[in-house]
Amino acid sequence: MLSNIQILPEVASTMAGKVDALYFFITAVSVFFFLLVMLLVTFFAIRFRRRSEDERPKPIHGSLKLELLWTVIPFILGMAMFGWGAVLYFDMFTPPAEGMNVYVVGKQWMWKIQHPEGNREINELHVPVGTPVKLIMTSEDVIHSFFVPAFRMKMDVLPGRYTTAWFEATKPGKYHLFCAEYCGTKHSQMTGSVYAMEPVDYQDWLARESAATLSMAQAGEQLYNQLGCGTCHAQEGDPRGPSLYGLHGRAVELLTGNAITADDSYIRESILLPAAKLVAGYGPLMPTYKGQVNEEELLRLVAYIKSLNLDTEDSTSEPRGGKELEEQRNE
Amino acid sequence: MSNTVAAASRPEPDNNYLTAGYGLKSWLLTTDHKRIAILYLIMISVFFVIGGLFAVLIRLELLTPAGDLVSSDTYNKLFTLHGLVMIFFFLIPSIPAVMGNFLIPLMIGARDLAFPRINLLSWYVFAIGGMTTFAVVLFGGVDTGWTFYTPYSSTYSKTAVGLTAIGVFITGFSSILTGLNFVVTIHKMRAPGLTWFRLPLFVWAHYATSLIMLIGTPVVAITILLVFLERVFGVGIFDPALGGDPVLFQHLFWFYSHPAVYIMILPSMGVISEVVACFSRKRIFGYGFVAFSSLAIAVLGFLIWGHHMFTSGQSIFAGMVFSILTMLVAIPSAVKVFNWTATMYKGSISYETPMIYVFGFLGLFTVGGLTGLFLGALGLDVHVHDTYFVVAHFHYIMVGGAIMGYLAALHFWWPKITGKLYSEAWAKLSAIIIFIGFNLTFFPQFLVGYLGMPRRYHVYPDEFQIFQVLSTAGASILAIGYAFPAFYLTWSLFRGKAAPANPWNAKGLEWTVPSPPPKHNFDTIPVVEEEAYDYSRLEEEVV
Repeated sequence: MLSNIQILPEVASTMAGKVDALYFFITAVSVFFFLLVMLLVTFFAIRFRRRSEDERPKPIHGSLKLELLWTVIPFILGMAMFGWGAVLYFDMFTPPAEGMNVYVVGKQWMWKIQHPEGNREINELHVPVGTPVKLIMTSEDVIHSFFVPAFRMKMDVLPGRYTTAWFEATKPGKYHLFCAEYCGTKHSQMTGSVYAMEPVDYQDWLARESAATLSMAQAGEQLYNQLGCGTCHAQEGDPRGPSLYGLHGRAVELLTGNAITADDSYIRESILLPAAKLVAGYGPLMPTYKGQVNEEELLRLVAYIKSLNLDTEDSTSEPRGGKELEEQRNE
Repeated sequence: MSNTVAAASRPEPDNNYLTAGYGLKSWLLTTDHKRIAILYLIMISVFFVIGGLFAVLIRLELLTPAGDLVSSDTYNKLFTLHGLVMIFFFLIPSIPAVMGNFLIPLMIGARDLAFPRINLLSWYVFAIGGMTTFAVVLFGGVDTGWTFYTPYSSTYSKTAVGLTAIGVFITGFSSILTGLNFVVTIHKMRAPGLTWFRLPLFVWAHYATSLIMLIGTPVVAITILLVFLERVFGVGIFDPALGGDPVLFQHLFWFYSHPAVYIMILPSMGVISEVVACFSRKRIFGYGFVAFSSLAIAVLGFLIWGHHMFTSGQSIFAGMVFSILTMLVAIPSAVKVFNWTATMYKGSISYETPMIYVFGFLGLFTVGGLTGLFLGALGLDVHVHDTYFVVAHFHYIMVGGAIMGYLAALHFWWPKITGKLYSEAWAKLSAIIIFIGFNLTFFPQFLVGYLGMPRRYHVYPDEFQIFQVLSTAGASILAIGYAFPAFYLTWSLFRGKAAPANPWNAKGLEWTVPSPPPKHNFDTIPVVEEEAYDYSRLEEEVV
């Protein structure tokens, strides 16, 4: 029975093996230093045990050489661990440009997940292997944390903002999804499963589940029309609000003179607190939509506004506007 | 040390601080640092038992994957109260308020702390904070975790968060007052000739600790007050629904609570220096490095709070800065361990109980410190953050390190404090039981943590059970180990042999006065003419 005990979680993402490698390295260094100290202590304790009450050992004041040695060696090892860990960390939180998005909303005590195609799941996440999956996450109440041990991936999920993380599954299977940040009564039941599937199976699952539903962008468009957003954010004429076409990912100039990249968080904030970051040339006319749209609906609106990029000509060169603005400011 | 002092200051047998007055009033209104230390000792022992009972219930619940012993709400309250009581009411005051209070004036040749009445005040403030926490338990408990993360604590929790906040807020002031008293005392009241570099390292460690108490505690007091304001008056500070920022709370909280770890471990390191020198009959190898490493830990300790927040959404670059500084703070701790080890080289080593605890400390603290490297390395921390790996790590530091140091201190200075000798055999046995029980309790938690079991889980998947069972088995052994001293130490008070002034042949001014020390410590203030730990000049105690 003891031979069945696992001491490593499954290795099921591109990151998992890399994290384990660092784990083994630090374990090796730790075991070495632990044994070194323990052997020395044991050896000294026996070799220099008190043989007579009259013993008065000669005092040793210290040794600069030794002090330097045991300062410099831990320093070098510490910096190696820092560098290695930092490279991994940078990769973990820099999602590749290609790949798919999945939207996650945490609430006490469940995970609500939406796929851009419109599929919605609770406490389950289906993903294909071999494709980077970027998670765009927020919480409806307290702080949660999205943790998949088999992927060595964890990211806090905060109310009031979007956090992102990504992974690429490498091995089909069913893996634990845990909430890792204590969130109240049923924290330990805020768990679920991630199903990593072969791409073909994933496409089947997607088609089977999404046949009857609208995509997130379509649902967002419906909501957009329902709320009458287009009345002001019209493309033609002299609209009262700025155009949303090609907005996502572009730098916009604000009334304050600063520029800001219109990312998911900015769009979310502008729906809830329109006056917080007004675009240059527009007045504070827009009412807040706080209380009228929930986090999942906000994500759909964001998905719709994002989709508007694909309809515009310069969607392929989306950062252009941003660069121009930056250049202007630099001059 | 001036040897004329010992003879000159030896008072009549009955004239010591314990017999200098009888009755409750003589204790509750005392300004004698030694009596206040005893008051603290009694109170924190009670808190240790209470915190331990919470731990027993937690460990029993975790025997099985299902939540079958207590409800989720109760479980959440248990781990919250376990953390609160052990950290704020046991670990933080343990060595400073008991041992520091008792020993610092004796070690520096002073008749009391600089502000004896403030010292008594600090105990009353501590007692009021403690009573408030008892009241929290009576009012149904609190379930936020000892970390009080917002907006859960400020908006969502339905438990007695406000009252708990008041309790912690009040208790913080006792810590500030103690720190203030120590800093002033160490600066102003050293005996003639006792220069900074002749101070026992115990005093250096407490100086560094006091600085953290003075600088850090006000920040946590303010933070807790802000949580209180948001919760009670709806002032938007941390809850995004009110326009606040929940991560701001984490920055403020850890700005104190990371250094607080050093409040718990630094005094313990001071104890280790005293004990290892005595039982090796050697001066501490690299005295200056050990002394300054305490200050380095205190200063660097304030710059690494963000390593608790690598997955909180703080910027990647902030994470990198906190990670590199975290690696740096490991170095002074490593320097200390190497210097203690080197102190034993060519020493004359004997194995009395305090030294057994030092061996235990060296093993457990080394594991605790090294596993800190796993958590400081960014990409690896993402995986183990908020899992049992972290739980194991900080218990190795705080229980394996701080409590082993506390027990070493308790056994080392027990004859001085009480004037009685305890049973060496029982004491050694319990030290060994504690060491075995501790490792069995907490080592499996590293493994289950890396497997991915999150902390603060009331129910958990079946495959983690074997580790939890080992852990609970270890905890029962640990509990027995901790129960022993309560018996043989108490027994020694009534039946123990009278202790001589210097039972271990130790150096240090506290050993030049009788056991227990007279009320005013020294009849004439000693004049110090030698370095600390000058064991080559040790003279045999005439018993």
